[in-house]
Amino acid sequence: MAKRQAIRWHIAVFLAPAVLVYTAVMIYPLFNTMRLALFAEIDHQRVYVGLRNFSTLFGQAVWSDAFWNALGNNFWFFLIHMLVQNPIGIALAAILSHKRLRFAAFYRSAIFIPAILSFVIVGFAWKLILSPIWGIAPSMLDAVGLKSLFAPWLGKEEYALTTLALISVWQFVGIPMMLIYAALLQIPEEVLEAGECDGITGMSAFWKIKLPLILPSIGIISVLTFVGNFNAFDLIYSAQGALAGPNFSTDILGTFMYRTFFGFQLQLGDPHMGSAIATAMFAIILIGVCIYLFGIQTRMRRYQF
Amino acid sequence: MSKARRNPVNMIAAHAILITYTLIALFPVFVILINSFKNRKSIFREPLALPDADSFSLVGYQTVLKQGDFFLYFQNSMIVTVVSLFLVLLFGAMAAFALAEYRFKGNTLMGLYLALGIMIPIRIGTVAILEMMVQTGLVNTLWALILVYTAQGLPLAVFILSEFMRQVSDDLKDAGRIDGLSEYTIFFRLVLPLVRPAMATVAVFNMIPIWNDLWFPLILAPAEESKTLTLGSQVFIGQFVTDWNAVLSALSMAILPVMILYVIFSRQLIRGITSGAVK
Repeated sequence: MAKRQAIRWHIAVFLAPAVLVYTAVMIYPLFNTMRLALFAEIDHQRVYVGLRNFSTLFGQAVWSDAFWNALGNNFWFFLIHMLVQNPIGIALAAILSHKRLRFAAFYRSAIFIPAILSFVIVGFAWKLILSPIWGIAPSMLDAVGLKSLFAPWLGKEEYALTTLALISVWQFVGIPMMLIYAALLQIPEEVLEAGECDGITGMSAFWKIKLPLILPSIGIISVLTFVGNFNAFDLIYSAQGALAGPNFSTDILGTFMYRTFFGFQLQLGDPHMGSAIATAMFAIILIGVCIYLFGIQTRMRRYQF
Repeated sequence: MSKARRNPVNMIAAHAILITYTLIALFPVFVILINSFKNRKSIFREPLALPDADSFSLVGYQTVLKQGDFFLYFQNSMIVTVVSLFLVLLFGAMAAFALAEYRFKGNTLMGLYLALGIMIPIRIGTVAILEMMVQTGLVNTLWALILVYTAQGLPLAVFILSEFMRQVSDDLKDAGRIDGLSEYTIFFRLVLPLVRPAMATVAVFNMIPIWNDLWFPLILAPAEESKTLTLGSQVFIGQFVTDWNAVLSALSMAILPVMILYVIFSRQLIRGITSGAVK
């Protein structure tokens, strides 16, 4: 029994590598970034300035306009994902989960393919396809008699952000599809048959039985979409560059932070302002995750089969 | 069985919707691939036609191979992905074992601490990460990327693997202990082989985001000798933006490795997602 009291070193050995790497490369930099947001560089010296970076960010029109523009764009980006990506994903999963559907595995794998491609490929591929020079998009619209609808979508201020959001939806629709598909497969046959005995079949079975049962999965997908969208960067950067053109109309928090912290063209990079923006992003993501964890997840009914 | 669920009209409609969406999903990839094998004139004249004897050309690929160091980029991506995955799996499994197997003070707290990173993106800390990498001289080396991706992958790995390790039978481990095996031998010899399917799931989940990441290579390792394939093709395409043959070929070459990985691992990936590993 004396041995029991001894320090069990193997526990420490098992935990140490993961905890060290995780703390040193993820948690410490996260707090260090928030700390750096309270400093500024004056005459090549790092000086503590308190909350001045934040008052610049929210108080000076040059900064606050850019920030609110990026935040608003980011919300629009997120909204389109919620309204387009997730419903399409749910619909595809509902069709795929049909018991007697043939080739389901093929459809599933094929629809998931865009999700494995890098943003660089997706961004440029769509840029080429939508390009008025190449003319794939206009000639395809022409084939169905809708040529008048064509516009250089990525180049117009009023369409560019929506177009990019839809490209991102195209890319990631496979993820909600897979997760919902998994949730639908777990609904036991007896529940559906019991519904059939009461005359609930087809579409009404989906709305009345399946949908309530997969609500927890929809909740998880929403929060994953939220976190993913609010630190998105790669697609905008690949398709529109760091300036998020035309005229910053596709600027989101990720590109705004990158420009501020790394610099672009005439503006010098400022790690301290970059940290302030990162801190604001952290706060936004934290609020979103907390709303989910405490406001939605705890109220959701979970059914055990 | 109800009629509604066997209705052939419904089935045809289901196939029609799925085929339409499959075409939408694959069309851009298809267009890029076929046009990368055509000469410049045919790319513009008939973008949707398959390459034939007249229009076939490899000039784009020749430019790419001459101008860009794609083999080096590919090698860098490979090293970063493989080493990061190895470290995520090794460190993640070790920590998961400690959390799942032993009762000690602060077990739950440690579990929560490690799980924090599932929801918080590591990109938020980029400014401080860059500063740290500059101070330690790791900037523009593959180690900077490997460390970041290892830290990024660990939270979910620990979470998933500890769920699976709780299911490993205690009798087996106790039998090992009676036979005098050390805790390390029990972990490596008895437990690890049993959670191999879960390890594969974790590996597949981490592989694609690491391979495709643009943010960290752009900030931590933009030097020519440490560029990954994703960053390398991004820079290359940016420079050759008017040379359509080269751009299309570069895109195709960037698509190829992930497609091969996907073909090899798609069953594992889909099984991982549908088995409810990410609930």
